[in-house]
Amino acid sequence: MIIGLDMGGTNVDAVLLSEGRIKKTIKSVTDHENIFESIKKPLDEIMEGEDIKNIKKIVLSTTISTNAIVEGKTEEVGMVLECGPGMNPQFFKPLADICFVSGYIDHRGREAFPLNSEEIRQAKETFKKKGLKNLGVVGKFSVRNPDHEKTMYKILKDKENVVTMGHTLSGMLNFSRRVYSTYLNSAVYSHFARFKNSVEAYFLKKGIKAPAYVLKADGGTLSLESSSKFPVETILSGPSASIIGALALNHVDSDGIILDIGGTTTDIAVLSDGVPLFEPQGIEINGMKTLVRGLFSRSIGIGGDSYVRYENGEIKIGPERRGKAMAFGGQWLTLTDALISAGKIDTGLKSKAEEGIKLIAEQMGVSFEEAVKAICKKASTTITDYVRKLIREINNKPVYTINELLYGKKIQPQKAVIIGGPAKAMSELLEDQLGFPCIVPEHFEVANAYGAARSRTTTDLTLLADTALGILTIGEEGIKQKIPKRFDVTQAHQILMDALKQKALKLGADERDLEPEIVEEQSFNVVRGFYTTGKIIRLKAQIRPVIKPE
Amino acid sequence: MLKAKNRMGLVFFPAYDWAISPTHPEREERLLYTQDQVLEEGLLDIDGITEYKPDIASIEDVERVHICVPDVKSRITDSHLISAGGAIACGDAFMKGEVDKAFALVRPPGHHARRIVHGARGFCNINIEAVMIEKLRKKYGIRKVAIVDTDCHHGDGTQDIYWHDSETLFISIHQDGRTLYPGTGFPSELGGPNAVGYTLNVPLPPRTSDKGFLYVIDNLVNPVLKEFQPDLIINSAGQDNHYSDPITNMNFSAQGYAELNHRLNPDIAVLEGGYSIEDALPYVNTGIILAMAGLDYSMVKEPDFTPERFKQPKETDEYIKRLCEHLYNKWNKRDIIRKELIKDKKYVKQDRYVYYDTDGISEEQREITKVCDECSGLSVVESRSDRGYHVTAVIIPRNACPRCYEEGLEEYEKKLKNGNQMVFLQDKKNDVFYNNRG
Ligand SMILES: [Zn+2]
Ligand SMILES: [Zn+2]
Repeated sequence: MIIGLDMGGTNVDAVLLSEGRIKKTIKSVTDHENIFESIKKPLDEIMEGEDIKNIKKIVLSTTISTNAIVEGKTEEVGMVLECGPGMNPQFFKPLADICFVSGYIDHRGREAFPLNSEEIRQAKETFKKKGLKNLGVVGKFSVRNPDHEKTMYKILKDKENVVTMGHTLSGMLNFSRRVYSTYLNSAVYSHFARFKNSVEAYFLKKGIKAPAYVLKADGGTLSLESSSKFPVETILSGPSASIIGALALNHVDSDGIILDIGGTTTDIAVLSDGVPLFEPQGIEINGMKTLVRGLFSRSIGIGGDSYVRYENGEIKIGPERRGKAMAFGGQWLTLTDALISAGKIDTGLKSKAEEGIKLIAEQMGVSFEEAVKAICKKASTTITDYVRKLIREINNKPVYTINELLYGKKIQPQKAVIIGGPAKAMSELLEDQLGFPCIVPEHFEVANAYGAARSRTTTDLTLLADTALGILTIGEEGIKQKIPKRFDVTQAHQILMDALKQKALKLGADERDLEPEIVEEQSFNVVRGFYTTGKIIRLKAQIRPVIKPE
Repeated sequence: MLKAKNRMGLVFFPAYDWAISPTHPEREERLLYTQDQVLEEGLLDIDGITEYKPDIASIEDVERVHICVPDVKSRITDSHLISAGGAIACGDAFMKGEVDKAFALVRPPGHHARRIVHGARGFCNINIEAVMIEKLRKKYGIRKVAIVDTDCHHGDGTQDIYWHDSETLFISIHQDGRTLYPGTGFPSELGGPNAVGYTLNVPLPPRTSDKGFLYVIDNLVNPVLKEFQPDLIINSAGQDNHYSDPITNMNFSAQGYAELNHRLNPDIAVLEGGYSIEDALPYVNTGIILAMAGLDYSMVKEPDFTPERFKQPKETDEYIKRLCEHLYNKWNKRDIIRKELIKDKKYVKQDRYVYYDTDGISEEQREITKVCDECSGLSVVESRSDRGYHVTAVIIPRNACPRCYEEGLEEYEKKLKNGNQMVFLQDKKNDVFYNNRG
């Protein structure tokens, strides 16, 4: 048995899988005052009458870190930044207590200017005096050579504090994102640690021996233990839970989209040959762009509860929500009311919904039926236009080789999977507009929790081999080793794949789930003075959150 | 998060799958470290900086500028159309008002490509700035354009293309032609008989540093631009003036490049040369992008840079001062100089020998241009290459007066009747291109 749980802003959903099938589902209300309670209650309920020994794993998708960040309940952070020449880093100032230190690693990972350990010791003193225990160290190009960050860590680290090193979070270049990601990791660290302790205590009390996993924004999992080291990875896992769930409920192998129609927004994810796209660099939270890997998802402000009105000769839907649907006792007309009046939804007080429609039909000077039709059409065209715009943008993203520019893949959706409250009611309307099948899978109402239950460990690593310098680095793992002049791509593949498997197992992966793949590969000759002096090999490998049909 | 003062468009196209040859300076690796630096600085995350995908220039876009022998397709590769297309994407974003400034960080370069193209010269096949400018002229009806070429090499191709065009001001600042390829670009080269003064060449002595370059911008370029009042300012932003460049001898720095961009304030910058791919380009481009976005570039510098290392000699200060005075004087007296130059000539003849160093082709050219007070004047070019091509090109300018236009058509007919091997008509007035090869 596997339990999947997804905590959202209003509801907590949980599912219990037995032999891959949904055996039980629970929906309860999120308790914002006590997040752990919000999880405990549905878990208690769903396990009731089950033999706890049969539970193989429990996967939690929580808003614990997200909420702490959005509500400003994070810890104060002390940061040491080694910026070197480049952009003026003063704009980071409001973020945290920052000590800027000297030292510089250049783009090939060479030390261009040494670190001054005295400056780090002074920073440590400053942080001590201010009582800061959540710290972060970030250097420019630290993923190309983590030595300076490691030295800073050694000087700063003691029993009382936590120190996040920028290079451990991602192998991608982007100093500014590395700073924000590192800051966030340290800022939510204590918060998440308390949550982890509660979960562990609860498991102990219940006698649950199964491992606990936490869902990440990329639709994969981390063991609870690892997630406490990298809590920033657990932010914004909600949309990914739904995406993975939708895919697990309805397998897609072509290009396509996933629409999650909620109360006030519709989230759109995009599939390339059935695989969800990632955010190119990382997700954004609270105006901070990070290196945290996440599934690509965009929101448009239209959903079941969106306020419907007639303004300046036009029907407007959302993005505002004025209250619940009239059919459920609300005061203002909503999209749900229109869908109820159209006979597409069979709940609530239809007469109340119709009252609202009559009013707007009068304003529009059309019949009741025409008003219903017009509102439904407006909703589906709004979503369709947005989907088309999004696909155009994705297909128009810059590329860096002639081959990709001329012959690169273009996404052409063939299928949509639709989930969320009004999914069934909207699917036909959307199918008309989008021009391809729109499928609402069975159990779509718990797609999020199902997604959590079906997710598996994901991870990625970046390798850089520079045979001219004779050095190989895997930034995230802090690996830096010597390589011979003749080192080649095949050897690089081997080293990276091994490191990736190791890392995945460390993060709690099931050996049977390991399907590492190389996703980026570049190789350049290094030419100096008209002679080839070496090779630069760049690889990126990942274990992606692909869901196979059960 | 950081917000740019100017909305800035960036086309980045490193063409990671194209090289002239594996060890040539114009190879795959050229913009690799620049991309690393731009990504690591997080420049593309800055609110207001937008990355654009390059367009692909069309054959017509190239024919609007060049006469390619025997034809466009055989003289170029996709990389050239994309590089020019990158510049066009910048121009479009600027003209549509989507951005306040744009930078085409593309390769291969183009400023050594002349009107007639038999092959590649100085790593250039087609002139990407000119292809962009002529497209923008056609699409948006702009008239006056200024090109300030700050590549270390004389922009001889651009000069050749706009030699007769008084609506295009071309100023080239470069290392003295007596010490560097292509060996041209002297103060005496001021433009053709119908555009005297609209070409200005500023040859600087080897080891000129930031101070010298900025002096030229403040004391010559900006005053001339102010008087010319262009609709559009283009910077051919070659980066081979850098102190670490392996094929030149100047002492310009990343900070100097950023400052130059700030003072020149171009609408569109287009990368040209620059072959110190590790020690210069990453820092220079970071500086230029920050300067164009209106952000603080004061902390951009090469890890090994100290100003003391690159002080220019006192004589250089003096020389540059005199040179700027001399050229500014020529600019002011351009009408008088023109009168003296043309006297009562009806046509001006120019013979030249052009060597295509990249492809090893030799060309002999005779250009006859009609002296005209009303337009850029009709040109007829006879060109022979050692590859056996013999071409006659009749070039009717964009702003052709009725007399030059009629004469152009007559010339074309005449050459066709003569049975010449290859005859081209570039009718820029109607934006059409003919040849007798079908
Ligand atoms: Zn050059
Ligand atoms: Zn004329």
